[in-house]
Amino acid sequence: MSVFGNIGKYITESQVWGSVFRHGIPRDRRTRAMAVLSNVFLHLHPVAVRKSGIRLSFTWCMGGLTFFLFLAETITGVLLMFYYRPVVEYAYGDIISLRSHVTLGLLREIHRWGAHAMVIAIWLHMLRVFLTGSYKPPREFNWGVGVILLVLTLLLSFTGYLLPWDQLAIWAITVGSNMARATPFLGHEGPGAQLLMIGDVPLMHAGSDARFLLLAGTSVGPNALLRFYVLHCIFIPLVVLVLIAVHFWRIRKDGGISGPL
Amino acid sequence: MMFDMLASGGGGPSSGLSAMIKDVLNASSVPEIFVPIMTVLTIVFLVTYRSWTKPKVAAGLGLLFVAFYLWSATDPNFLKIIVKPDNVPITIMLVATALVTWVAFRQAAINDARLERGEPLIESGADDKVLVWPDLVYTELICLVLCSVALVVWAILLKAPLEPPANPTNIPNPSKAPWYFLGLQELLVYFDPWIAGVLLPTFIVIGLLALPYLDKNPLGNGYYTFKQRKFVIWMYMFGWVVLWIVLIVLGTFLRGPNWNIFGPYEAWDPHRPAALLNINVSDVFWVVLPEKTGLWKPGLPTDDIGPIPAYLIREAPGLALLGGYFFVLPVVLASTIFRKIYRDIGFIRYVIFWTIMSWMFIVPVKMVLRWLFNLKYFVSITEWFLNI
Repeated sequence: MSVFGNIGKYITESQVWGSVFRHGIPRDRRTRAMAVLSNVFLHLHPVAVRKSGIRLSFTWCMGGLTFFLFLAETITGVLLMFYYRPVVEYAYGDIISLRSHVTLGLLREIHRWGAHAMVIAIWLHMLRVFLTGSYKPPREFNWGVGVILLVLTLLLSFTGYLLPWDQLAIWAITVGSNMARATPFLGHEGPGAQLLMIGDVPLMHAGSDARFLLLAGTSVGPNALLRFYVLHCIFIPLVVLVLIAVHFWRIRKDGGISGPL
Repeated sequence: MMFDMLASGGGGPSSGLSAMIKDVLNASSVPEIFVPIMTVLTIVFLVTYRSWTKPKVAAGLGLLFVAFYLWSATDPNFLKIIVKPDNVPITIMLVATALVTWVAFRQAAINDARLERGEPLIESGADDKVLVWPDLVYTELICLVLCSVALVVWAILLKAPLEPPANPTNIPNPSKAPWYFLGLQELLVYFDPWIAGVLLPTFIVIGLLALPYLDKNPLGNGYYTFKQRKFVIWMYMFGWVVLWIVLIVLGTFLRGPNWNIFGPYEAWDPHRPAALLNINVSDVFWVVLPEKTGLWKPGLPTDDIGPIPAYLIREAPGLALLGGYFFVLPVVLASTIFRKIYRDIGFIRYVIFWTIMSWMFIVPVKMVLRWLFNLKYFVSITEWFLNI
């Protein structure tokens, strides 16, 4: 046996290796099954799947791609948090610094394009699930979880849009959040808002309505920046993470990747 | 109105074939031409899904699209719009959507033909189970690597956009929401914010959530087919392609300063006037109609009648129209063309189904009425901020 073979044997037979990998190299049915079962990440999968279900032309890999992009966004996002301060005085400067001080810096680029790609991927994932009729029983509930995840993805992208604090950011968010002003009953310019009165005092005004809740102010200002930052980095990702867990769990429980009955 | 816009859309003297094509396409960019053309194209593609999805035809169409895009990119105005960093994802989305739509409808065509001949589906592999390690894990790994590479290359080639620092006093013209919301922003042309920005998105989400419970058709579960699920696929593709993607393209590529329409080969001129007088149903009923027919005295009602306030009388015609659309039409449909649907899904599901369908279809209905009659609002009770 060659030197490398000996070294390899020495490593794979060591106590350390054996404590990490509870099975041999996945070469036969048993060890391959073990490889999936004994790994916390891989065990999201079943041990065996229908061959027709994992064809690329069936799934387009879009659900997995969405998840991959979510992970890429999480990693680049955490790294960006080291450099970015959600304060009006610093935010724009921090983005400028990222651009000018970091040689060949791609963090922000990957984060931004990954976000757009994630929006596209999740739309196409939904299109695939729709066109294969995979929302039908028993997967109705999981389709619903997916719809909520889609909404949250758009909200993630929307809240992130504000953070560079440039003209593009505040005006896009102004256009978007102005809609909340017109929410029926809950926006001060929405139909029905003027019915909510105590005596002559209107309950819904610019300082109390749905847009105020979103922006913590009557326009896109410092409070909105902080609020969107927390929503973007903490709140929505946490909810998404929980729902992803439910989504994946239910794929397994509902019978795996769909196929003809 | 349509012809005015056609005449003004051409823009300047032109010569040669390519200038002529550009003139035609510029003139076709107004919503009243662009949206109907796209709707017809969508319908044609769905009807002929068995022919155009053949690999050779699809490849031809794809090449045609690429050639059109490249040729268009030689135009400075077109290029300026599509290379805007945040617009690049739209091109990627269009190509990706076209590609996967082809993949899906190709398989649907094959499956539908097989179903007719009584042969097994593409997806029917009996019990051909494979182990996740290595078959799936390696597919995932390859996808992951390829996508990482694609993402990094994209990030190297294209800088993330950064405009001048935020300035609350300097409003850009046009101000646009992020591109994935531009379909909704485009609807602001036709609806007030409470409908375009709140009600319609809410109904989209509710509609999607309700879909599995409304679609009681047991066929087409877990495989591509069009024939077995015609109605639901028609509705979804209409909403997704025409009311979402086409409106995004319209809103991002064709809307310029003052939310005016600019052809893809036109420069964005901030000084183009935007004057259009739109009228309400109440104006039509109380003023235009009596002036033309002399049936009753022209003029909007201004006096209350007993306990009924004047604005309700003024808006009565519009309220009647909407009432008919939301409450009478579903009854008529349930006993005619939707008879089978009603029988299959029952009363409660039918009510939810119609609520979603009616809000989806009020969009094209109002668009067409705007283009044909300059309709502004069916009902306009400004006293309540209630304009529909």
